[in-house]
Amino acid sequence: MHAMNYRGPFRVRLDRNKPEPEILHPQDAIIRVTRTCICGSDLHLYHGLVPDTRVGTTFGHEFTGIVEEVGAAVHNLKPGDHVMVPFNIACGICPFCSQQLYGNCHESNSEATAVGGIFGYSHTAGGYDGGQAEYVRVPYADVGPVKIPEWMDADDAVMLTDVVPTGYQAAEMAGIRKGDTVVVFGAGPIGIMAARCAWLFGAGRVIIIDQLDYRLEFAREFAQCEAYNFLSIPDVVLFLKKITGIGADVCIDAVGCEASGDLFHTITGRKTLIQAGSPTALEWAINGVKKGGIVSIVGVYGPTANLIPIGNVVNKGLTIRANQASVKRLLPRLIEHVKNGILNPKALITHKLPLEEVSEAYHIFSAKRDNCIKTVMVPNHAA
Amino acid sequence: MPHKFIFMESQKQQSVSEWSHTASEAGGKNVNEMAEKYAHIKDWGIDADPDNDPTYPIKQWNGNDYLRLNYKRPVQQPLTIEKLHSNERPSVSAVFGNAVPPSGMSGMLRRYAFRFSEGRWAHWLTLLLADRVNMVEGIADDIRIGYFPNIFKERGWNAEWKYNQKGVIKTVAIATGFAAVAILLLTRGRKKYSY
Repeated sequence: MHAMNYRGPFRVRLDRNKPEPEILHPQDAIIRVTRTCICGSDLHLYHGLVPDTRVGTTFGHEFTGIVEEVGAAVHNLKPGDHVMVPFNIACGICPFCSQQLYGNCHESNSEATAVGGIFGYSHTAGGYDGGQAEYVRVPYADVGPVKIPEWMDADDAVMLTDVVPTGYQAAEMAGIRKGDTVVVFGAGPIGIMAARCAWLFGAGRVIIIDQLDYRLEFAREFAQCEAYNFLSIPDVVLFLKKITGIGADVCIDAVGCEASGDLFHTITGRKTLIQAGSPTALEWAINGVKKGGIVSIVGVYGPTANLIPIGNVVNKGLTIRANQASVKRLLPRLIEHVKNGILNPKALITHKLPLEEVSEAYHIFSAKRDNCIKTVMVPNHAA
Repeated sequence: MPHKFIFMESQKQQSVSEWSHTASEAGGKNVNEMAEKYAHIKDWGIDADPDNDPTYPIKQWNGNDYLRLNYKRPVQQPLTIEKLHSNERPSVSAVFGNAVPPSGMSGMLRRYAFRFSEGRWAHWLTLLLADRVNMVEGIADDIRIGYFPNIFKERGWNAEWKYNQKGVIKTVAIATGFAAVAILLLTRGRKKYSY
């Protein structure tokens, strides 16, 4: 089958002869992929920042597809069902899954206890091949996949596998109270969605910060928020203090380990890997939020350590909330939001390419060419 | 790795006896049972408020954390490949990915890395080193089967040329300039020592 094949930092290609996946467990299903996205967090893999990313792996944790085959213990799905597949691989019964922490499953990732299994996200997240392929193995098929309603557009469905739930949970974790000022760092798809969802929780003012004007312009329209380019601001934290008086009520880090804006963090985090990526956005969030405020983190960081002002967290009495999105928990609410026109996720898609152009798709998204915000790939056999 | 060895490892991995010594004491106890256990401590838990879980309402609290490792596990996926697992858990997870089993020099490094727990730099930095070694192995493997990787294509430079021609020309010009200066300096150096 055709599948994306990682060859090393900044190098991916189409593998035309990858063996098709097989049922390896009674709760497995095999899915024929119909849509698959490149996520901003795939870029951390693409850039070689995530440990145990092995050559030959297929990435892709945002995908929809048609069920081709199911294992003996799968009862909720049958061949022919068109499903959206949450990026978390979750058993549904361990102590964490049983409390709806589907991003923290204890029975889907052997290699690390700090994160549950994730499709196509290195061996640190379980060593699963991902959905940037014609076919993919989906474990615990009765737990994760959700049938796509007939009325739903396939492009909306694929955005519900990660982008929308992660953006929504970023706002949810922020504990927004009516009237709060919310600052979102990062105008990528997740940040834009978090800014949009902040209004749903009653924010009184939403501000988004990034360095790319075209993304800020998009965010201003899509999320109806204020948008500022930090390249034109000498001191971001001071700027936030000035426009909010005491600091934001809530700050959301939707950037993660590849943040720009601070030379020290860029050199030690992105270039030399002395720390687990560049925590510039997180540092700004901690310093820019009010005393007693909340910092919500959905940006992805590496498993080693980062240099952040933890003393300020203590002295300001901050609450930090963070997690991988619990997609399965959020899907019923988010499907309703899409149905009622409250959220329009497919509007974030700017590029749709065939899977065969995977090398170009990664480069366009990584280098931010052609005003790219979100890239979707469609395998040949999708129709 | 020989299949027999994997099977033996699998049996060994499934034993949680070394792990459950402390866990089994709390395992299976609900909050009421815990109240009995701590009855000798005056006013134990009187101000406990499950709603004050900092993850609330993200986590639907049900007390199952106190099961520790003594919950009913899903059926185990057969262990037919070499699967490394964190030493912070007693065994492989019930299901696991089979994307790329460890092999070669990078595999040796990965096996070494998994001797260390997830909190140790030795674990993660060794894995990053293994990744870089693996990249070189990947090129060698390609050439071994007669496939010469098109690195320009793999890096998506077609798209770069399509959307950023000026940038490509600038990069090539700068690289050519540096190369020319380097060749010039090297050539001068050789002449100097040729006498």
